[in-house]
Amino acid sequence: MANDVPLSWFLIMSLVMFTVGGVGVVIRRNPVVVFMCIELMLNSVNLTFLAFARYGITPGQTIEQANASAMGGQIAVIFVMAVAAAEVAVGLGIIMAIFRLKNRADVDDMSALRG
Amino acid sequence: MDPTIPQIDWSTVMPVVIVVLTGVAALFVEMFSPRRNNNAIVGVSLAGLAIAGGYVVKQFGMADGPTFGGFILRDQLGLVLQLLLIGVCFVAFLFSEGYLREKRIAFAEFYPLALWSTSGAMLMVTTTNMLELFLGLEVLSIALYCLAGMSRQESKSEESALKYFLLGAFASAFFLMGIAYLYGSSGSLDLAGIGTAIASGKSGLQPMAVFGLGMLLVGIAFKAAFVPFHQWTPDVYQGAPTNVTGFMAAASKIAAFGALIRVLDAAVPIQANWFPAMYWICILTMTVGNLAAVVQKDVKRVLGYSSIANAGYVLVAVLAHIKAPDKVGLGTAVYFLLAYALMTLGSFAVVSLAAKGGKEGTRFSDMHGLWKRAPFAVTCLIVFLASLIGVPFTGGFVGKLLIFSDALAAGMPLLAIVLAVNSVISVYYYLGIMQATFVDDEGAVKTSHAKPGLGLNIALLACVVGVFWVAIGADGVRATLGLSAGPKPVSAQTESTTLVARGQAE
Repeated sequence: MANDVPLSWFLIMSLVMFTVGGVGVVIRRNPVVVFMCIELMLNSVNLTFLAFARYGITPGQTIEQANASAMGGQIAVIFVMAVAAAEVAVGLGIIMAIFRLKNRADVDDMSALRG
Repeated sequence: MDPTIPQIDWSTVMPVVIVVLTGVAALFVEMFSPRRNNNAIVGVSLAGLAIAGGYVVKQFGMADGPTFGGFILRDQLGLVLQLLLIGVCFVAFLFSEGYLREKRIAFAEFYPLALWSTSGAMLMVTTTNMLELFLGLEVLSIALYCLAGMSRQESKSEESALKYFLLGAFASAFFLMGIAYLYGSSGSLDLAGIGTAIASGKSGLQPMAVFGLGMLLVGIAFKAAFVPFHQWTPDVYQGAPTNVTGFMAAASKIAAFGALIRVLDAAVPIQANWFPAMYWICILTMTVGNLAAVVQKDVKRVLGYSSIANAGYVLVAVLAHIKAPDKVGLGTAVYFLLAYALMTLGSFAVVSLAAKGGKEGTRFSDMHGLWKRAPFAVTCLIVFLASLIGVPFTGGFVGKLLIFSDALAAGMPLLAIVLAVNSVISVYYYLGIMQATFVDDEGAVKTSHAKPGLGLNIALLACVVGVFWVAIGADGVRATLGLSAGPKPVSAQTESTTLVARGQAE
């Protein structure tokens, strides 16, 4: 495989994306932005899956086995994207419902539930 | 490569397929049925669940094994948990109708969504494929996000839906990252393949596997509400409609533990890396859950924290099994999950009686006068709480006793002691709920309360009978579960464990 970029670069890139997303979830207050950060995390997972699938790092496999396991990672990405789309549909629906109820949606306002 | 179509054993997936189709059917019935009552939908749903349950029962005794190219696995653990999930959904439906009417939630989609949620949970417990596990988890969770927010006029409900959704999606990202790294370290999405790769111990890949497993466990810990990943639980339990809370408390916990057991079983070869962490998480979960429950003023929050503590108890059983697989089987964990499902669903069913005329208060003071209104329900509540406390002759007591002896047998006396101390702490807040139901309701208008409906009474009776039945027939139940200790069905795992042990010895 003619890959000039080593696998570790992809992994570092995806972990950076994952961390940025994770920090964003914690510090941002607008639920839409929080959700965008979660999407970023999911996309970093996709990048990881694809990098692993492309580089097939498990040694000692036959070509068939390597192909089969590469397919697993690529299919996983499709499923992750589909599930993320489903989550967007539900999540934006919930945010809309809150907006209708309160005319604003901010995570800091979410304080009706406490012990 | 020839694209060969693998042999498919349809009987393995029939229960899931039936539950999904029942959801579709319920949705169609909802379109055509009158707005005033949901009896037709409830009838269709219950019938579908009963048929699915029948298909699960039919599979007991059939040969274990994977089908669908390894995506679905039939084994004893999966079948028992599937049956349990179907039962949870069934009981939740029995008492939901009266609650939805009293709370004036015109949302008949509750039934299809809960059915699909159940189907996701059932998928989760019958697979060792991580992708399938993830899909099951998402089907379970996404339906639950909708359900938590189904009382759309109530900002509490919407808030709980948003919190559940954001934290659930956040946890899913960790879960997925874990899968990605496990895949990277083994080239396989299946737990069997991952387990083999871990056991083969290629030094370069081990850190990746450990990292992946850690991320995966964080994701599962979120779903199963282990401390320190539990913060969402009380909020979501308090805000969601009570029937949804009951369903969620039982079903999502069962599914999460099904997944956890399979993942941990595959990760036994690297248990030196994660066992101490899970050990302390287990202690924290029991202790923090109980201590936080003591200061709560809302019954649903108390039950939320109590569910956290109970998750800790189940975790003790699971860890005991991992530590000493020859002495301790999975029977105890599943037994306690069964008892927990019965008492939790029952408790929430009684709490759902607090709804009246579109409003619902679940603070302790809102429980006042319940004894006068619904003596039968309160009697049942006493049984459930007694079982949660661990009073002898109830399922909760036998379950805790079994976990206690398992922990000792596995050589973890500290966990056993923490469990016992926590059971004593929990007496305080469970008694608080009981006491609240007996206080006279002074200021309220007595006539505004609804009578408990037939469905609720049947649900309560089923749970009470269940709580006693699992206690009296404990040995029989455990024998039926067939998850006693001994040689594991997947011999490759034990083999790999010994391999690693030998490797370490050298």
